[in-house]
Amino acid sequence: MIALSDYLTVAAILFGLSVVGMFINRKNIIVLLMCIEMMLLAVNINFIAFSHYLGDVTGQIFVFFILTVAAAEAAIGLAILVVLFRNRGTINVTDMDTLKG
Amino acid sequence: MNFEMPNFALAMPEMFVLGMACLILLVDLFLNERSRVVTYLLSQATLVGAFILTLSLYTPVRELTFSGTFVLDPMASVLKMAVYAVVFVMFLYTRSYLQARQMFTGEFYTLALFGVLGMMVMISAHSFLTLYLGLELLSLSMYAMVALQRDNRVASEAAMKYFLLGAMASAMLLYGMSMLYGVTGSLDLGEISRAIDEGEIERMLLVFGLVFMLVGVAFKLGAVPFHMWVPDVYHGAPTAVTQFISTAPKIAAFALLIRLLVDGLGGLQSEWHDILVLLAILSISVGNIIAIAQTNIKRMLAYSGIAHAGFLILGVLSGTAEGYAAGMFYVIVYAVMGLAGFGMVLLMSRAGFEADSLEDYKGLNQRNPWFALMVLFIMFSMAGVPPFIGFWAKLAVLQAVVASGLIWLAVLAVIFSVIGAFYYLRVIKLMYFDAPADEARIEPGRELAAVFSGNALVILAMGLFPGALMAICIQAFAL
Repeated sequence: MIALSDYLTVAAILFGLSVVGMFINRKNIIVLLMCIEMMLLAVNINFIAFSHYLGDVTGQIFVFFILTVAAAEAAIGLAILVVLFRNRGTINVTDMDTLKG
Repeated sequence: MNFEMPNFALAMPEMFVLGMACLILLVDLFLNERSRVVTYLLSQATLVGAFILTLSLYTPVRELTFSGTFVLDPMASVLKMAVYAVVFVMFLYTRSYLQARQMFTGEFYTLALFGVLGMMVMISAHSFLTLYLGLELLSLSMYAMVALQRDNRVASEAAMKYFLLGAMASAMLLYGMSMLYGVTGSLDLGEISRAIDEGEIERMLLVFGLVFMLVGVAFKLGAVPFHMWVPDVYHGAPTAVTQFISTAPKIAAFALLIRLLVDGLGGLQSEWHDILVLLAILSISVGNIIAIAQTNIKRMLAYSGIAHAGFLILGVLSGTAEGYAAGMFYVIVYAVMGLAGFGMVLLMSRAGFEADSLEDYKGLNQRNPWFALMVLFIMFSMAGVPPFIGFWAKLAVLQAVVASGLIWLAVLAVIFSVIGAFYYLRVIKLMYFDAPADEARIEPGRELAAVFSGNALVILAMGLFPGALMAICIQAFAL
Protein backbone atom coordinates (compact mmCIF):
# COMPACT_ATOMS: atom_id res chain seq x y z
CA MET A 1 0.00 0.00 0.00
CA ILE A 2 1.42 3.33 -1.00
CA ALA A 3 0.90 5.90 1.75
CA LEU A 4 -0.10 9.52 1.25
CA SER A 5 3.30 10.65 2.48
CA ASP A 6 5.01 8.80 -0.39
CA TYR A 7 3.06 10.78 -2.95
CA LEU A 8 3.77 14.00 -1.13
CA THR A 9 7.48 13.19 -1.00
CA VAL A 10 7.61 12.56 -4.74
CA ALA A 11 5.76 15.81 -5.39
CA ALA A 12 8.06 17.74 -3.06
CA ILE A 13 11.17 16.29 -4.72
CA LEU A 14 9.83 17.16 -8.18
CA PHE A 15 8.92 20.67 -7.05
CA GLY A 16 12.28 21.18 -5.39
CA LEU A 17 14.16 19.90 -8.44
CA SER A 18 12.34 22.28 -10.74
CA VAL A 19 12.94 25.29 -8.46
CA VAL A 20 16.63 24.40 -8.29
CA GLY A 21 16.59 23.92 -12.06
CA MET A 22 15.26 27.43 -12.55
CA PHE A 23 17.98 28.97 -10.43
CA ILE A 24 21.06 27.06 -11.50
CA ASN A 25 20.22 26.81 -15.18
CA ARG A 26 22.50 29.20 -17.06
CA LYS A 27 21.95 27.99 -20.58
CA ASN A 28 18.63 27.67 -22.25
CA ILE A 29 15.26 29.31 -21.70
CA ILE A 30 13.40 26.22 -22.96
CA VAL A 31 14.76 24.35 -19.95
CA LEU A 32 13.22 27.02 -17.74
CA LEU A 33 9.85 26.48 -19.42
CA MET A 34 10.19 22.77 -18.74
CA CYS A 35 10.94 23.51 -15.08
CA ILE A 36 7.74 25.54 -14.83
CA GLU A 37 5.72 22.69 -16.30
CA MET A 38 7.29 20.30 -13.84
CA MET A 39 6.39 22.55 -10.91
CA LEU A 40 2.76 22.48 -12.00
CA LEU A 41 2.85 18.70 -12.40
CA ALA A 42 4.24 18.35 -8.89
CA VAL A 43 1.29 20.39 -7.64
CA ASN A 44 -1.04 18.11 -9.60
CA ILE A 45 0.38 15.03 -7.89
CA ASN A 46 -0.25 16.70 -4.55
CA PHE A 47 -3.84 17.51 -5.43
CA ILE A 48 -4.64 14.06 -6.73
CA ALA A 49 -3.06 12.32 -3.75
CA PHE A 50 -4.96 14.49 -1.30
CA SER A 51 -8.15 14.14 -3.28
CA HIS A 52 -7.86 10.35 -3.23
CA TYR A 53 -7.09 10.09 0.46
CA LEU A 54 -9.75 12.62 1.46
CA GLY A 55 -12.34 10.96 -0.78
CA ASP A 56 -13.22 14.37 -2.20
CA VAL A 57 -13.35 15.02 -5.95
CA THR A 58 -12.82 18.80 -5.94
CA GLY A 59 -9.06 18.30 -5.87
CA GLN A 60 -9.23 16.32 -9.10
CA ILE A 61 -11.36 19.00 -10.71
CA PHE A 62 -8.74 21.54 -9.75
CA VAL A 63 -6.15 19.40 -11.52
CA PHE A 64 -8.10 19.64 -14.79
CA PHE A 65 -8.11 23.41 -14.49
CA ILE A 66 -4.38 23.47 -13.74
CA LEU A 67 -3.64 21.32 -16.79
CA THR A 68 -5.69 23.61 -19.02
CA VAL A 69 -4.11 26.76 -17.67
CA ALA A 70 -0.65 25.18 -17.98
CA ALA A 71 -1.32 24.55 -21.67
CA ALA A 72 -2.32 28.18 -22.19
CA GLU A 73 0.69 29.30 -20.22
CA ALA A 74 3.06 27.17 -22.29
CA ALA A 75 1.53 28.62 -25.47
CA ILE A 76 2.15 32.19 -24.31
CA GLY A 77 5.61 31.31 -23.04
CA LEU A 78 6.65 29.78 -26.35
CA ALA A 79 5.13 32.69 -28.26
CA ILE A 80 7.22 35.13 -26.23
CA LEU A 81 10.23 32.89 -26.80
CA VAL A 82 9.73 33.08 -30.58
CA VAL A 83 9.49 36.87 -30.42
CA LEU A 84 12.63 36.98 -28.31
CA PHE A 85 14.54 34.73 -30.68
CA ARG A 86 13.52 36.80 -33.70
CA ASN A 87 14.73 39.98 -32.04
CA ARG A 88 17.99 38.64 -30.67
CA GLY A 89 18.91 35.44 -32.46
CA THR A 90 19.67 33.71 -29.17
CA ILE A 91 17.78 32.16 -26.29
CA ASN A 92 20.65 31.94 -23.83
CA VAL A 93 19.74 32.94 -20.31
CA THR A 94 22.99 34.84 -19.87
CA ASP A 95 22.21 37.04 -22.86
CA MET A 96 19.12 38.48 -21.20
CA ASP A 97 21.03 41.34 -19.63
CA THR A 98 19.89 44.50 -21.41
CA LEU A 99 17.69 45.52 -18.52
CA LYS A 100 19.42 46.18 -15.27
CA GLY A 101 19.99 48.89 -12.72
CA MET B 1 -26.58 14.77 -5.65
CA ASN B 2 -28.64 17.90 -5.85
CA PHE B 3 -27.91 20.71 -8.19
CA GLU B 4 -28.80 24.16 -7.09
CA MET B 5 -29.33 26.81 -9.74
CA PRO B 6 -26.73 29.52 -9.13
CA ASN B 7 -27.78 33.13 -8.87
CA PHE B 8 -26.39 34.38 -12.17
CA ALA B 9 -27.47 37.95 -11.51
CA LEU B 10 -24.62 38.52 -9.06
CA ALA B 11 -22.06 37.80 -11.76
CA MET B 12 -23.69 40.02 -14.38
CA PRO B 13 -20.72 42.42 -14.68
CA GLU B 14 -18.32 39.51 -15.30
CA MET B 15 -20.58 38.00 -17.93
CA PHE B 16 -21.04 41.37 -19.58
CA VAL B 17 -17.30 42.02 -19.78
CA LEU B 18 -16.66 38.52 -21.11
CA GLY B 19 -19.34 38.87 -23.77
CA MET B 20 -18.16 42.29 -24.83
CA ALA B 21 -14.50 41.24 -24.95
CA CYS B 22 -15.41 38.37 -27.30
CA LEU B 23 -17.58 40.70 -29.36
CA ILE B 24 -14.79 43.26 -29.66
CA LEU B 25 -12.40 40.51 -30.73
CA LEU B 26 -14.79 39.64 -33.56
CA VAL B 27 -15.74 43.16 -34.57
CA ASP B 28 -12.10 44.18 -34.71
CA LEU B 29 -11.46 41.61 -37.45
CA PHE B 30 -13.77 43.46 -39.81
CA LEU B 31 -12.35 46.91 -39.21
CA ASN B 32 -9.69 48.61 -41.30
CA GLU B 33 -7.02 50.91 -39.91
CA ARG B 34 -9.10 54.04 -40.19
CA SER B 35 -12.13 52.74 -38.34
CA ARG B 36 -10.09 51.15 -35.55
CA VAL B 37 -11.48 53.83 -33.25
CA VAL B 38 -14.65 51.71 -33.02
CA THR B 39 -12.70 49.10 -31.05
CA TYR B 40 -11.55 51.80 -28.69
CA LEU B 41 -15.04 53.21 -28.21
CA LEU B 42 -16.55 49.76 -27.66
CA SER B 43 -13.90 49.00 -25.03
CA GLN B 44 -14.67 52.21 -23.21
CA ALA B 45 -18.40 51.47 -23.45
CA THR B 46 -17.76 48.03 -21.94
CA LEU B 47 -16.08 49.57 -18.92
CA VAL B 48 -18.85 52.12 -18.48
CA GLY B 49 -21.49 49.41 -18.79
CA ALA B 50 -19.72 47.19 -16.28
CA PHE B 51 -19.46 50.13 -13.90
CA ILE B 52 -23.20 50.76 -14.10
CA LEU B 53 -23.99 47.05 -13.63
CA THR B 54 -21.69 46.77 -10.61
CA LEU B 55 -23.13 49.93 -9.11
CA SER B 56 -26.67 48.66 -9.52
CA LEU B 57 -25.74 45.34 -7.87
CA TYR B 58 -24.18 47.03 -4.86
CA THR B 59 -25.50 45.51 -1.64
CA PRO B 60 -24.32 46.19 1.89
CA VAL B 61 -24.44 42.45 2.65
CA ARG B 62 -22.32 39.49 1.62
CA GLU B 63 -23.83 37.15 -0.95
CA LEU B 64 -22.44 33.84 -2.16
CA THR B 65 -23.33 32.06 -5.36
CA PHE B 66 -22.02 29.37 -7.76
CA SER B 67 -21.78 26.84 -4.89
CA GLY B 68 -19.85 29.28 -2.75
CA THR B 69 -17.08 29.97 -5.25
CA PHE B 70 -18.17 33.51 -6.01
CA VAL B 71 -18.81 36.26 -3.48
CA LEU B 72 -20.27 39.71 -3.84
CA ASP B 73 -19.67 42.01 -0.91
CA PRO B 74 -19.17 45.79 -0.61
CA MET B 75 -15.39 45.40 -0.88
CA ALA B 76 -15.74 43.51 -4.16
CA SER B 77 -18.10 46.12 -5.61
CA VAL B 78 -15.92 49.07 -4.66
CA LEU B 79 -12.68 47.48 -5.87
CA LYS B 80 -14.27 46.44 -9.15
CA MET B 81 -15.52 49.95 -9.76
CA ALA B 82 -12.05 51.27 -8.99
CA VAL B 83 -10.60 48.85 -11.54
CA TYR B 84 -13.02 49.98 -14.26
CA ALA B 85 -12.30 53.63 -13.53
CA VAL B 86 -8.54 53.12 -13.60
CA VAL B 87 -8.60 51.14 -16.84
CA PHE B 88 -10.98 53.69 -18.40
CA VAL B 89 -8.55 56.50 -17.65
CA MET B 90 -5.66 54.32 -18.83
CA PHE B 91 -7.38 53.89 -22.21
CA LEU B 92 -7.87 57.65 -22.45
CA TYR B 93 -4.20 58.26 -21.67
CA THR B 94 -2.71 55.72 -24.03
CA ARG B 95 -4.66 56.27 -27.23
CA SER B 96 -2.32 58.76 -28.85
CA TYR B 97 0.78 56.87 -27.62
CA LEU B 98 -0.49 53.68 -29.22
CA GLN B 99 -1.44 55.43 -32.45
CA ALA B 100 2.04 56.93 -32.78
CA ARG B 101 3.65 53.48 -32.44
CA GLN B 102 1.43 51.29 -34.62
CA MET B 103 0.13 49.61 -31.47
CA PHE B 104 -3.41 50.95 -31.77
CA THR B 105 -4.79 47.49 -32.48
CA GLY B 106 -7.59 45.30 -31.27
CA GLU B 107 -5.15 43.06 -29.37
CA PHE B 108 -4.28 45.76 -26.87
CA TYR B 109 -7.92 46.39 -26.02
CA THR B 110 -9.11 42.80 -25.91
CA LEU B 111 -6.13 41.71 -23.79
CA ALA B 112 -6.74 44.60 -21.42
CA LEU B 113 -10.43 43.68 -21.16
CA PHE B 114 -9.62 40.01 -20.49
CA GLY B 115 -7.20 41.27 -17.87
CA VAL B 116 -10.02 43.29 -16.34
CA LEU B 117 -12.18 40.16 -16.33
CA GLY B 118 -9.40 38.28 -14.55
CA MET B 119 -9.19 41.01 -11.94
CA MET B 120 -12.96 40.93 -11.44
CA VAL B 121 -12.95 37.16 -10.91
CA MET B 122 -10.06 37.48 -8.48
CA ILE B 123 -11.78 40.24 -6.53
CA SER B 124 -14.98 38.19 -6.23
CA ALA B 125 -13.32 34.83 -5.64
CA HIS B 126 -14.36 32.77 -2.67
CA SER B 127 -12.53 29.57 -3.47
CA PHE B 128 -8.95 28.67 -4.38
CA LEU B 129 -10.17 27.62 -7.80
CA THR B 130 -11.71 30.97 -8.78
CA LEU B 131 -8.83 32.83 -7.18
CA TYR B 132 -6.31 30.90 -9.27
CA LEU B 133 -8.28 31.18 -12.50
CA GLY B 134 -8.74 34.93 -12.10
CA LEU B 135 -5.09 35.39 -11.31
CA GLU B 136 -3.96 33.40 -14.34
CA LEU B 137 -6.36 35.16 -16.70
CA LEU B 138 -4.92 38.46 -15.55
CA SER B 139 -1.29 37.29 -15.65
CA LEU B 140 -1.48 35.68 -19.07
CA SER B 141 -3.04 38.84 -20.52
CA MET B 142 -0.29 40.93 -19.00
CA TYR B 143 2.56 38.73 -20.29
CA ALA B 144 1.15 39.06 -23.79
CA MET B 145 0.66 42.81 -23.46
CA VAL B 146 4.28 43.36 -22.44
CA ALA B 147 5.41 41.60 -25.63
CA LEU B 148 2.84 43.37 -27.79
CA GLN B 149 5.44 45.45 -29.64
CA ARG B 150 6.94 42.55 -31.53
CA ASP B 151 10.05 44.24 -32.90
CA ASN B 152 11.06 45.77 -29.59
CA ARG B 153 14.14 43.97 -28.21
CA VAL B 154 13.85 45.33 -24.70
CA ALA B 155 10.13 44.60 -24.43
CA SER B 156 10.53 40.98 -25.49
CA GLU B 157 13.24 40.46 -22.89
CA ALA B 158 11.04 42.08 -20.24
CA ALA B 159 8.13 39.85 -21.26
CA MET B 160 10.26 36.71 -20.98
CA LYS B 161 11.51 37.66 -17.51
CA TYR B 162 8.01 38.55 -16.40
CA PHE B 163 6.63 35.31 -17.75
CA LEU B 164 9.26 33.07 -16.13
CA LEU B 165 9.08 34.70 -12.71
CA GLY B 166 5.30 35.08 -12.85
CA ALA B 167 4.72 31.46 -13.77
CA MET B 168 7.04 30.37 -10.97
CA ALA B 169 5.15 32.53 -8.48
CA SER B 170 1.84 31.03 -9.63
CA ALA B 171 3.28 27.55 -9.13
CA MET B 172 4.38 28.47 -5.61
CA LEU B 173 0.91 29.79 -4.87
CA LEU B 174 -0.59 26.56 -6.19
CA TYR B 175 1.73 24.42 -4.12
CA GLY B 176 0.61 26.31 -1.03
CA MET B 177 -3.01 25.86 -2.09
CA SER B 178 -2.52 22.10 -2.52
CA MET B 179 -1.08 21.85 1.00
CA LEU B 180 -3.96 23.78 2.52
CA TYR B 181 -6.43 21.70 0.54
CA GLY B 182 -4.81 18.59 1.93
CA VAL B 183 -5.00 19.65 5.57
CA THR B 184 -8.38 21.35 5.53
CA GLY B 185 -10.11 19.13 2.94
CA SER B 186 -11.71 21.97 1.03
CA LEU B 187 -11.03 24.61 -1.58
CA ASP B 188 -13.74 26.92 -0.30
CA LEU B 189 -12.35 29.86 1.67
CA GLY B 190 -15.25 29.78 4.13
CA GLU B 191 -14.81 26.06 4.82
CA ILE B 192 -11.06 26.48 5.22
CA SER B 193 -11.58 29.30 7.69
CA ARG B 194 -14.00 27.10 9.67
CA ALA B 195 -11.62 24.15 9.65
CA ILE B 196 -8.81 26.32 10.99
CA ASP B 197 -11.00 27.81 13.71
CA GLU B 198 -11.84 24.35 14.99
CA GLY B 199 -8.19 24.11 15.88
CA GLU B 200 -7.69 20.40 15.29
CA ILE B 201 -5.19 20.82 12.48
CA GLU B 202 -1.46 20.78 13.05
CA ARG B 203 -0.36 24.46 12.92
CA MET B 204 2.94 23.55 11.31
CA LEU B 205 1.24 22.13 8.20
CA LEU B 206 -0.95 25.20 7.83
CA VAL B 207 2.03 27.51 8.12
CA PHE B 208 3.87 25.46 5.50
CA GLY B 209 1.05 26.08 3.01
CA LEU B 210 0.73 29.70 4.11
CA VAL B 211 4.38 30.49 3.40
CA PHE B 212 4.19 29.16 -0.15
CA MET B 213 1.03 31.14 -0.79
CA LEU B 214 2.53 34.32 0.60
CA VAL B 215 5.48 33.97 -1.79
CA GLY B 216 3.04 33.96 -4.69
CA VAL B 217 1.04 36.92 -3.39
CA ALA B 218 4.16 38.96 -2.53
CA PHE B 219 5.36 38.39 -6.07
CA LYS B 220 2.13 39.67 -7.56
CA LEU B 221 2.24 42.74 -5.32
CA GLY B 222 5.91 43.31 -6.16
CA ALA B 223 7.04 43.20 -2.52
CA VAL B 224 10.71 42.66 -1.62
CA PRO B 225 12.33 40.03 -1.79
CA PHE B 226 10.13 39.00 -4.74
CA HIS B 227 10.44 42.30 -6.59
CA MET B 228 13.17 41.49 -9.14
CA TRP B 229 10.75 41.56 -12.05
CA VAL B 230 9.18 44.95 -11.26
CA PRO B 231 11.88 47.38 -12.46
CA ASP B 232 12.79 45.31 -15.52
CA VAL B 233 9.20 44.89 -16.66
CA TYR B 234 8.21 48.50 -16.01
CA HIS B 235 11.29 49.65 -17.86
CA GLY B 236 11.09 47.26 -20.78
CA ALA B 237 7.37 47.33 -21.49
CA PRO B 238 5.90 50.05 -23.71
CA THR B 239 4.85 52.91 -21.40
CA ALA B 240 1.17 52.37 -22.16
CA VAL B 241 1.42 48.78 -20.94
CA THR B 242 3.50 49.81 -17.94
CA GLN B 243 0.75 52.19 -16.98
CA PHE B 244 -1.73 49.32 -17.11
CA ILE B 245 0.28 46.75 -15.16
CA SER B 246 1.36 49.19 -12.49
CA THR B 247 -2.12 50.34 -11.52
CA ALA B 248 -5.24 48.19 -11.86
CA PRO B 249 -3.58 44.79 -11.11
CA LYS B 250 -2.34 46.20 -7.79
CA ILE B 251 -5.96 46.70 -6.79
CA ALA B 252 -6.67 43.09 -7.68
CA ALA B 253 -3.55 41.94 -5.81
CA PHE B 254 -4.85 43.72 -2.73
CA ALA B 255 -8.12 41.81 -3.08
CA LEU B 256 -6.11 38.58 -3.42
CA LEU B 257 -4.29 39.39 -0.19
CA ILE B 258 -7.54 40.09 1.68
CA ARG B 259 -9.37 37.05 0.29
CA LEU B 260 -6.55 34.66 1.13
CA LEU B 261 -5.34 36.00 4.44
CA VAL B 262 -8.48 37.43 5.97
CA ASP B 263 -11.37 35.45 4.47
CA GLY B 264 -9.50 32.15 4.25
CA LEU B 265 -6.68 32.13 6.77
CA GLY B 266 -7.98 34.66 9.29
CA GLY B 267 -7.36 32.09 12.00
CA LEU B 268 -3.64 32.16 11.28
CA GLN B 269 -3.33 35.90 11.83
CA SER B 270 -0.60 35.56 14.45
CA GLU B 271 1.47 33.60 11.92
CA TRP B 272 1.06 35.77 8.82
CA HIS B 273 1.38 38.95 10.82
CA ASP B 274 5.12 38.44 11.37
CA ILE B 275 5.77 37.52 7.75
CA LEU B 276 3.93 40.62 6.55
CA VAL B 277 5.92 42.84 8.94
CA LEU B 278 9.11 41.53 7.35
CA LEU B 279 7.79 41.99 3.79
CA ALA B 280 6.63 45.53 4.58
CA ILE B 281 9.93 46.64 6.14
CA LEU B 282 11.99 45.17 3.32
CA SER B 283 9.78 46.67 0.61
CA ILE B 284 9.70 50.15 2.09
CA SER B 285 13.45 50.25 2.76
CA VAL B 286 14.76 48.59 -0.40
CA GLY B 287 12.23 50.35 -2.65
CA ASN B 288 12.99 53.82 -1.36
CA ILE B 289 16.76 53.43 -1.19
CA ILE B 290 17.34 51.83 -4.58
CA ALA B 291 15.01 54.34 -6.25
CA ILE B 292 17.54 57.06 -5.40
CA ALA B 293 20.15 55.45 -7.63
CA GLN B 294 17.93 55.31 -10.73
CA THR B 295 18.42 57.50 -13.76
CA ASN B 296 15.51 56.06 -15.73
CA ILE B 297 12.19 57.49 -14.60
CA LYS B 298 10.24 54.29 -15.29
CA ARG B 299 12.66 52.33 -13.10
CA MET B 300 12.42 55.03 -10.45
CA LEU B 301 8.64 54.79 -10.46
CA ALA B 302 8.97 51.00 -10.31
CA TYR B 303 11.02 51.15 -7.11
CA SER B 304 8.62 53.76 -5.79
CA GLY B 305 5.83 51.27 -6.54
CA ILE B 306 7.68 48.63 -4.52
CA ALA B 307 7.84 51.01 -1.56
CA HIS B 308 4.13 51.76 -1.97
CA ALA B 309 3.40 48.02 -1.94
CA GLY B 310 5.17 47.90 1.43
CA PHE B 311 2.85 50.59 2.78
CA LEU B 312 -0.15 48.70 1.47
CA ILE B 313 1.00 45.60 3.37
CA LEU B 314 1.41 47.73 6.50
CA GLY B 315 -2.31 48.47 6.37
CA VAL B 316 -3.27 44.81 6.07
CA LEU B 317 -0.96 43.44 8.75
CA SER B 318 -2.70 45.26 11.58
CA GLY B 319 -5.49 42.70 11.25
CA THR B 320 -8.32 45.11 12.05
CA ALA B 321 -11.16 46.41 9.89
CA GLU B 322 -9.64 49.91 10.14
CA GLY B 323 -6.35 48.56 8.87
CA TYR B 324 -7.95 46.80 5.90
CA ALA B 325 -9.87 49.98 5.08
CA ALA B 326 -6.61 51.95 5.25
CA GLY B 327 -4.95 49.42 2.95
CA MET B 328 -7.83 49.65 0.50
CA PHE B 329 -7.68 53.44 0.59
CA TYR B 330 -3.95 53.23 -0.04
CA VAL B 331 -4.22 50.92 -3.01
CA ILE B 332 -6.88 53.04 -4.73
CA VAL B 333 -4.85 56.19 -4.11
CA TYR B 334 -1.72 54.45 -5.38
CA ALA B 335 -3.54 53.46 -8.57
CA VAL B 336 -4.59 57.08 -9.15
CA MET B 337 -1.04 58.32 -8.53
CA GLY B 338 0.48 55.57 -10.66
CA LEU B 339 -1.78 56.57 -13.55
CA ALA B 340 -0.57 60.14 -13.23
CA GLY B 341 3.09 59.13 -12.82
CA PHE B 342 3.22 57.06 -15.98
CA GLY B 343 0.83 59.52 -17.63
CA MET B 344 3.61 62.05 -17.22
CA VAL B 345 5.99 59.79 -19.18
CA LEU B 346 3.31 59.34 -21.88
CA LEU B 347 2.80 63.08 -22.05
CA MET B 348 6.47 63.86 -22.57
CA SER B 349 7.10 61.15 -25.14
CA ARG B 350 6.48 61.44 -28.83
CA ALA B 351 6.95 59.13 -31.80
CA GLY B 352 10.48 57.75 -31.64
CA PHE B 353 11.23 59.32 -28.28
CA GLU B 354 10.27 57.69 -24.98
CA ALA B 355 11.13 60.43 -22.43
CA ASP B 356 12.06 57.81 -19.88
CA SER B 357 15.28 59.37 -18.63
CA LEU B 358 15.35 61.81 -15.72
CA GLU B 359 17.41 64.16 -17.95
CA ASP B 360 14.37 64.66 -20.17
CA TYR B 361 12.58 66.46 -17.35
CA LYS B 362 15.25 69.14 -16.92
CA GLY B 363 13.85 72.63 -17.19
CA LEU B 364 10.30 71.49 -17.81
CA ASN B 365 9.12 74.67 -16.13
CA GLN B 366 10.66 76.78 -18.89
CA ARG B 367 9.22 74.58 -21.60
CA ASN B 368 5.72 74.32 -20.20
CA PRO B 369 4.95 75.78 -16.75
CA TRP B 370 1.48 74.23 -16.51
CA PHE B 371 2.70 70.66 -17.00
CA ALA B 372 5.56 71.32 -14.60
CA LEU B 373 3.02 72.34 -11.95
CA MET B 374 1.01 69.17 -12.56
CA VAL B 375 4.15 67.02 -12.23
CA LEU B 376 4.90 68.89 -9.01
CA PHE B 377 1.47 67.86 -7.66
CA ILE B 378 2.10 64.22 -8.55
CA MET B 379 5.57 64.11 -7.03
CA PHE B 380 4.45 65.82 -3.82
CA SER B 381 1.54 63.40 -3.56
CA MET B 382 3.76 60.34 -4.05
CA ALA B 383 6.22 61.66 -1.47
CA GLY B 384 3.34 62.12 0.98
CA VAL B 385 3.32 65.89 1.34
CA PRO B 386 0.03 67.42 2.55
CA PRO B 387 -2.46 68.51 1.29
CA PHE B 388 -2.18 65.93 -1.50
CA ILE B 389 -3.94 62.59 -1.35
CA GLY B 390 -0.74 60.59 -0.88
CA PHE B 391 -0.36 62.15 2.53
CA TRP B 392 -3.77 60.99 3.75
CA ALA B 393 -3.15 57.49 2.45
CA LYS B 394 0.12 57.21 4.37
CA LEU B 395 -1.49 58.77 7.44
CA ALA B 396 -4.37 56.28 7.45
CA VAL B 397 -2.01 53.32 7.15
CA LEU B 398 0.31 54.61 9.87
CA GLN B 399 -2.64 55.24 12.18
CA ALA B 400 -3.71 51.63 11.76
CA VAL B 401 -0.17 50.44 12.49
CA VAL B 402 0.09 52.60 15.61
CA ALA B 403 -3.34 51.44 16.78
CA SER B 404 -2.14 47.84 16.60
CA GLY B 405 0.73 48.74 18.94
CA LEU B 406 3.64 48.58 16.48
CA ILE B 407 4.94 52.10 17.04
CA TRP B 408 8.52 51.17 16.07
CA LEU B 409 7.26 49.96 12.72
CA ALA B 410 5.42 53.23 12.07
CA VAL B 411 8.56 55.21 12.96
CA LEU B 412 10.64 53.08 10.61
CA ALA B 413 8.12 53.57 7.78
CA VAL B 414 8.19 57.34 8.27
CA ILE B 415 12.00 57.44 8.27
CA PHE B 416 12.15 55.55 4.99
CA SER B 417 9.49 57.69 3.37
CA VAL B 418 11.52 60.76 4.29
CA ILE B 419 14.49 59.13 2.57
CA GLY B 420 12.18 58.39 -0.35
CA ALA B 421 11.10 62.04 -0.56
CA PHE B 422 14.59 62.76 -1.88
CA TYR B 423 14.07 61.21 -5.27
CA TYR B 424 10.63 62.70 -5.75
CA LEU B 425 11.95 66.14 -4.89
CA ARG B 426 14.89 65.60 -7.25
CA VAL B 427 12.43 65.47 -10.15
CA ILE B 428 11.00 68.80 -9.01
CA LYS B 429 14.50 70.26 -8.70
CA LEU B 430 15.32 69.13 -12.25
CA MET B 431 12.14 70.71 -13.58
CA TYR B 432 12.44 74.07 -11.89
CA PHE B 433 16.13 74.76 -11.37
CA ASP B 434 17.96 73.12 -14.26
CA ALA B 435 18.32 74.34 -17.81
CA PRO B 436 16.39 72.31 -20.36
CA ALA B 437 18.50 69.78 -22.26
CA ASP B 438 15.90 69.32 -24.96
CA GLU B 439 14.23 72.40 -26.43
CA ALA B 440 11.63 70.59 -28.50
CA ARG B 441 8.10 71.74 -27.76
CA ILE B 442 5.85 69.42 -25.80
CA GLU B 443 2.88 68.80 -28.03
CA PRO B 444 0.58 66.21 -26.58
CA GLY B 445 -2.85 65.91 -28.11
CA ARG B 446 -5.55 67.98 -26.48
CA GLU B 447 -7.16 64.81 -25.07
CA LEU B 448 -3.95 63.62 -23.40
CA ALA B 449 -3.20 67.05 -21.94
CA ALA B 450 -6.73 67.30 -20.54
CA VAL B 451 -6.66 63.80 -19.01
CA PHE B 452 -3.26 64.43 -17.46
CA SER B 453 -4.25 67.78 -15.99
CA GLY B 454 -7.52 66.32 -14.76
CA ASN B 455 -5.73 63.40 -13.11
CA ALA B 456 -3.25 65.68 -11.33
CA LEU B 457 -6.03 68.01 -10.21
CA VAL B 458 -7.99 65.02 -8.89
CA ILE B 459 -4.96 64.15 -6.76
CA LEU B 460 -5.15 67.65 -5.29
CA ALA B 461 -8.94 67.63 -4.92
CA MET B 462 -8.99 64.23 -3.25
CA GLY B 463 -6.30 65.50 -0.90
CA LEU B 464 -8.44 68.45 0.06
CA PHE B 465 -11.51 66.27 0.59
CA PRO B 466 -10.29 62.78 1.52
CA GLY B 467 -13.36 61.99 3.62
CA ALA B 468 -15.62 60.59 0.91
CA LEU B 469 -13.29 57.85 -0.36
CA MET B 470 -12.24 56.99 3.19
CA ALA B 471 -15.89 56.59 4.20
CA ILE B 472 -16.47 54.23 1.27
CA CYS B 473 -13.44 52.14 2.25
CA ILE B 474 -14.51 51.93 5.89
CA GLN B 475 -18.00 50.93 4.87
CA ALA B 476 -16.60 48.15 2.70
CA PHE B 477 -15.18 46.43 5.76
CA ALA B 478 -18.02 47.30 8.14
CA LEU B 479 -19.66 43.87 7.84
